[in-house]
Amino acid sequence: MLRRLWMKIVDPIDPPLMALAGLLLLLAFALVASASPERVAAQLVNTTVALVVMRIVAQLPPQRLMHLALPIYIVGVLLLIAVALFGDISKGARRWLNLGFMRIQPSELLKIAMPLMLAWYFQKHEAMLRLRDYGVAALLLLLPVALIAKQPDLGTAILVFAAGFYVIFFAGLPWKVIFTLAATAVAAAPVAWNFLHDYQRGRIMTLLDPEKDPLGKGFHIIQSTIAIGSGGILGKGWGQGTQAQLEFIPERHTDFIFAVMSEEFGLLGNIALLVLYSLLIGRGLMIAANAPTVFTRLLAGAITLIFFTYAFVNMGMVSGILPVVGVPLPLISYGGTALVTLFLGIGILMSIHKNRMLVQK
Amino acid sequence: MEFKNPQEELERFRSRLGVAGGFVLSCFAVLFLRFVWLQVIQHDYYRTRADENRISLVPIVPNRGLIVDRNGAVLARNYSAYTLEITPSKAKNLDAVIDSLAQIIDIQPKDRKRFQKLLTESKNFESLPIRTRLTDEEVAKFIAHRYRFPGVDIKARLFRQYPMGAYASHLLGYIGRVNDKDLEKIEQHEHEANYRGTEHFGKTGLEHHYEFELHGQTGFEQVEVDAGGRAVRTLARTAPVAGNNLTLTVDAKLQEIAEKAFGDRKGSLVAIEPSTGGILALVSVPNYDPNLFVDGIAPSDWEQLNTSPDKPMVNRALNGAYPPGSTFKPFMALGALTIGKRRPEQSIADPGVFNFGGHTFRDDKKGGHGVVDMYKSIVVSCDTYYYQLANDMGIDNIANFMRQLGFGQRTGVDIEGESEGVLPSQEWKRKRFKKPEQQKWYAGETISIGIGQGYNAYTPIQLAQATATLANNGVMFRPHLVQYITDTKTGKATPVEPRPLKTLPLKQEHIEVIKKAMVGVNTEGTGARAFAGAEYVAAGKTGTAQVYSLKGEKYVEGKVKKELRDHALFIAFAPADQPKIALAVLVENGGFGAQAAAPIARQVLDYYLLGKVPKEAAPADEAEPEED
Repeated sequence: MLRRLWMKIVDPIDPPLMALAGLLLLLAFALVASASPERVAAQLVNTTVALVVMRIVAQLPPQRLMHLALPIYIVGVLLLIAVALFGDISKGARRWLNLGFMRIQPSELLKIAMPLMLAWYFQKHEAMLRLRDYGVAALLLLLPVALIAKQPDLGTAILVFAAGFYVIFFAGLPWKVIFTLAATAVAAAPVAWNFLHDYQRGRIMTLLDPEKDPLGKGFHIIQSTIAIGSGGILGKGWGQGTQAQLEFIPERHTDFIFAVMSEEFGLLGNIALLVLYSLLIGRGLMIAANAPTVFTRLLAGAITLIFFTYAFVNMGMVSGILPVVGVPLPLISYGGTALVTLFLGIGILMSIHKNRMLVQK
Repeated sequence: MEFKNPQEELERFRSRLGVAGGFVLSCFAVLFLRFVWLQVIQHDYYRTRADENRISLVPIVPNRGLIVDRNGAVLARNYSAYTLEITPSKAKNLDAVIDSLAQIIDIQPKDRKRFQKLLTESKNFESLPIRTRLTDEEVAKFIAHRYRFPGVDIKARLFRQYPMGAYASHLLGYIGRVNDKDLEKIEQHEHEANYRGTEHFGKTGLEHHYEFELHGQTGFEQVEVDAGGRAVRTLARTAPVAGNNLTLTVDAKLQEIAEKAFGDRKGSLVAIEPSTGGILALVSVPNYDPNLFVDGIAPSDWEQLNTSPDKPMVNRALNGAYPPGSTFKPFMALGALTIGKRRPEQSIADPGVFNFGGHTFRDDKKGGHGVVDMYKSIVVSCDTYYYQLANDMGIDNIANFMRQLGFGQRTGVDIEGESEGVLPSQEWKRKRFKKPEQQKWYAGETISIGIGQGYNAYTPIQLAQATATLANNGVMFRPHLVQYITDTKTGKATPVEPRPLKTLPLKQEHIEVIKKAMVGVNTEGTGARAFAGAEYVAAGKTGTAQVYSLKGEKYVEGKVKKELRDHALFIAFAPADQPKIALAVLVENGGFGAQAAAPIARQVLDYYLLGKVPKEAAPADEAEPEED
């Protein structure tokens, strides 16, 4: 009886994905316990919620997701507009919407809504794909990204943009167009500089020369590189990182948790983490490669690369090769919202994998 | 328009997945290289920086050395007290913070003003006291409310205390917060490391002169700190070594009696032990309370001390230059004997005036003192005798002799900023004035030099040194305040003044003549009334120095404004045959020396030689007016 119930529960779950995610979760608990022991319990709750979400989504057939794509996207964009008009301001940014009984951050929804929407759009135009369709897709992408960037929330804007862009890329955006866009972007960079907020410019300047303002804007990045560098090859040992334990690393349980990881587990720990992420991404790409429809392929590919984007942007900023933007380390940073979003993505991947044969015509 | 072939489409999608996979791996490779750079190649550098982050060297300020008098009475010590301090850079709105602090702890307008003054003088990251000497109750109150006041903290600090209060203030000096000038001095002596954490520095007096002896060796504590700078644990500790103690030659009780003897008069007294040069008392009045300076002086107190017409901050013993008046006469007489211009028994008939170059120099006594030899010239203080003598000796002979006694030169006492005074000579005048007609020395100017007037101007300590040298039969010592310095760690005492400076080429028989005459002053002369009934034999000489030239009018004390009244002087040593103490007293605008200055000397000698404490340590009563 119990056995059958268990079988029923684990049925839609992909063992390799679950194993990799599980190892990352164990690491997450180890690091949160070191950086901020009082938050372990809360992280346990977050993780449970996220796993339940994953399990539910894994159960949903991709067709159901496809039907939800357009409504979710529309709701997401409307909520973003509502944020722009009525949102709560906190720390100088307008990101939250107060619904009376709870506060939500609609931009988070777009991380999944965006690839869903675009995958749905390309599925619709599967038969005849014209260059114009890429244009429409680009508009669908840029509208919410602009609203999020305006809040301002550069980190989320980048993630949402990346998620959408991956869909367009996998849909077959011609290389010519990609290179032209890239060249234009490089040429337009000085112009874009003028549109950045002062604090955003400051972050880029800080990246170039953090020592210029060691106690101000440069403090985060200097302290995190010290933590990483002082960790050496083997690390200082769990709970032994002086930078982490004496609170020199800012945001050490959230965005900068990777610095704690590097300090306490050293280069070997970092290599292990890179390998885990690579395997997770590899599994995701494999699922995408075997996905039955355009919609599922594009969705699986994009979601997989979102994991990569989180991981690369976060480790890049903490180790001082990318500017500081608010992107957590996927599956490891403390915090419920990102964890739920990411496990929702994993759930979608599992659903696609489970249904790879059924829909094939 | 494209038509889709599903199989071709799938192949293209898979190739794009391959591209994506390659992109992911190359990005991760970049991260890997970055980690290798930071964690392998740059590891040592970052490990050092992590240690610098967490390990903080906290200086432990040593206890400042004590200052005690020759009998061990404490003149300067330290006590520990709690202060309430604000670090301006960590507090947002200073006024608001102080206002809300004032609701918990008593903060007076005076405290605020002092804090404002410290604020303008200090760096922003220093923690500055808003209140000192908190009671235990106040400490407890603040701690309960501490969370409301970031950047405000209670610190236990050592404070300097001068138990004698205003007495001896001019010789002890005081300490104050380190300023830029002090920092320069610290750097000059390469003591920067040892002064880390030190907030106070000797500003004047002995506290200043012996700063580097008193300071001690700063200790250090290696502390592990967190990002907020809070100490987590101590890793290592080097204990501080307390500053060296100073034992003075000064007798604190004598000092106090001498200062009290002045009452509310201004002036100075320097008493020296002739056989060593050790200063027994160094008085300058009015004095001030050095305790006011210790935790930052309130601006109103500072203002008052500096604008007072009585100039309480001036150390008159070292920086006041006064004409010596008739106290100069014994030295004139000694000079005349030494260079052979007079024999003791040579007499003059004193008509009461001395005419020179059409100018009449008057004696104090109308009609003169009759027949006057050297003994009588000193005992009755006959001006005419010295007018003639000065004229016979000539200015340069006078100057050359007086220079040997230390007149017109810094004595080298162990307090900084001593004045030179003026020893007039032809050369001095050439240097002093610019116009050629002023540079020439006129023979008429020599006449009043003989009675200690004219250009003569000496500090009380010079006069005391000369008196002590005479008392010590020509063996001269540098006057000094510190007898020995005790190393607090080893307990080893280093004496400061082991050897005499020089021995003057004087004949003992000449010295005896002068001494005998000075004894005569106190038994049958101008000092007789002040020394009536003394149980010891004291040698002395009165003096009255003109501040203001009356142009031939008779000087009547009551008619002249107080600031223009004559200065009263007295020099003395006792016991005359074996002097244990020599002194010079000056009472500014005191009138006659015999009347104002000699009774002060009497009280000092009575205490030092007999242990007699004046009734209620009252100001020395002025003796009856007497010719000087």
